Amino acid sequence: MAEEPQSVFQLPPSSAAGGEGLTEVSPEITTPEPPSSAAVSPGIEEPAGDTKKKIDILLKAVGDTPIMKTKKWAVERTRTIQGLIDFIKKFLKLVASEQLFIYVNQSFAPSPDQEVGTLYECFGSDGKLVLHYCKSQAWG
Amino acid sequence: MIVVEKFGHLVTGTQAYIHLLLPRVSYLTLVTDKVKKHFQKVMRQEDISEIWFEYEGTPLKWHYPIGLLFDLLASSSALPWNITVHFKSFPEKDLLHCPSKDAIEAHFMSCMKEADALKHKSQVINEMQKKDHKQLWMGLQNDRFDQFWAINRKLMEYPAEENGFRYIPFRIYQTTTERPFIQKLFRPVAADGQLHTLGDLLKEVCPSAVAPEDGEKKNQVMIHGIEPMLETPLQWLSEHLSYPDNFLHISIIPQPTD
Repeated sequence: MAEEPQSVFQLPPSSAAGGEGLTEVSPEITTPEPPSSAAVSPGIEEPAGDTKKKIDILLKAVGDTPIMKTKKWAVERTRTIQGLIDFIKKFLKLVASEQLFIYVNQSFAPSPDQEVGTLYECFGSDGKLVLHYCKSQAWG
Repeated sequence: MIVVEKFGHLVTGTQAYIHLLLPRVSYLTLVTDKVKKHFQKVMRQEDISEIWFEYEGTPLKWHYPIGLLFDLLASSSALPWNITVHFKSFPEKDLLHCPSKDAIEAHFMSCMKEADALKHKSQVINEMQKKDHKQLWMGLQNDRFDQFWAINRKLMEYPAEENGFRYIPFRIYQTTTERPFIQKLFRPVAADGQLHTLGDLLKEVCPSAVAPEDGEKKNQVMIHGIEPMLETPLQWLSEHLSYPDNFLHISIIPQPTD
């Protein structure tokens, strides 16, 4: 069920360039703030510590940062925050010099070399990791 | 001791090294203004771009505390620790840029917030005022223990009815893997009320680090340059041996063969 094609988009595999490789997850989650876990596609399973299995992330824009039409992506656990930043910047067609910040729990910005798999295990809920992204520093 | 890279062009008669006594709990780029000044005035301008440090071929991550870098990479080497400073060929793939002290402050505060998210669901750090956050940072930056701990002690509290934090903020580093570190959710108290120990943590999240009962000890488990007993309660370690960022940074290094 985890691979419901209409519900998760694959991030392209991470490469040296780092920008390729998310898998799109879920058109039905294009509304911001799904009211409850019921709004999330039912098929997302707990990856249960399997390091190979991808994890689902939900990307939410903050402030005047452009939103992404696709918000839910399946990502390798070993992908870094920097890899994700590069991907989002490319997806939003931001120029390379523009900054992009990613936040967990709307609170802290993990360091760019941190792996999303680790963050998922510590801060994921309902089978996904929610990340907020912003062109300026949103939270101290 | 910090040595300038071999291919730097030094003015004749200048010392190609500088001795410094650095706090384990601080960050390389925070305490090396002197290094920069020392070498910058004697090097050709065109040879100078972003500063970075290296030990035996390994670029040193400025966003890891100095004590962690030393434990992980050099704990068996003789003191003073000889590291090399570079002013060009910045290793983009290995290191984060450190454009200013603001970048170090942002990194440090972010680690603190992450730690408190694990310890208290962020409640303690969020209830603090901006000036408290500033005081934590200034205490670290100025090496002022009292200034830092006046605020930090609040982050070390927990409700009397609990026996510890919600989860213990820890990171386990090994030189033998490519992965940056192991970090998982781990509670200080077991379901039966027993306090979890350092050994319990390792058995759960990094079993290869601990020797089997009758086996030979293959690794050292090091925090702040010492090997705490594996029977030590994790909650106690978290309160007393965490770095200022409120994480327990644990190095697993091969047992020296001497």
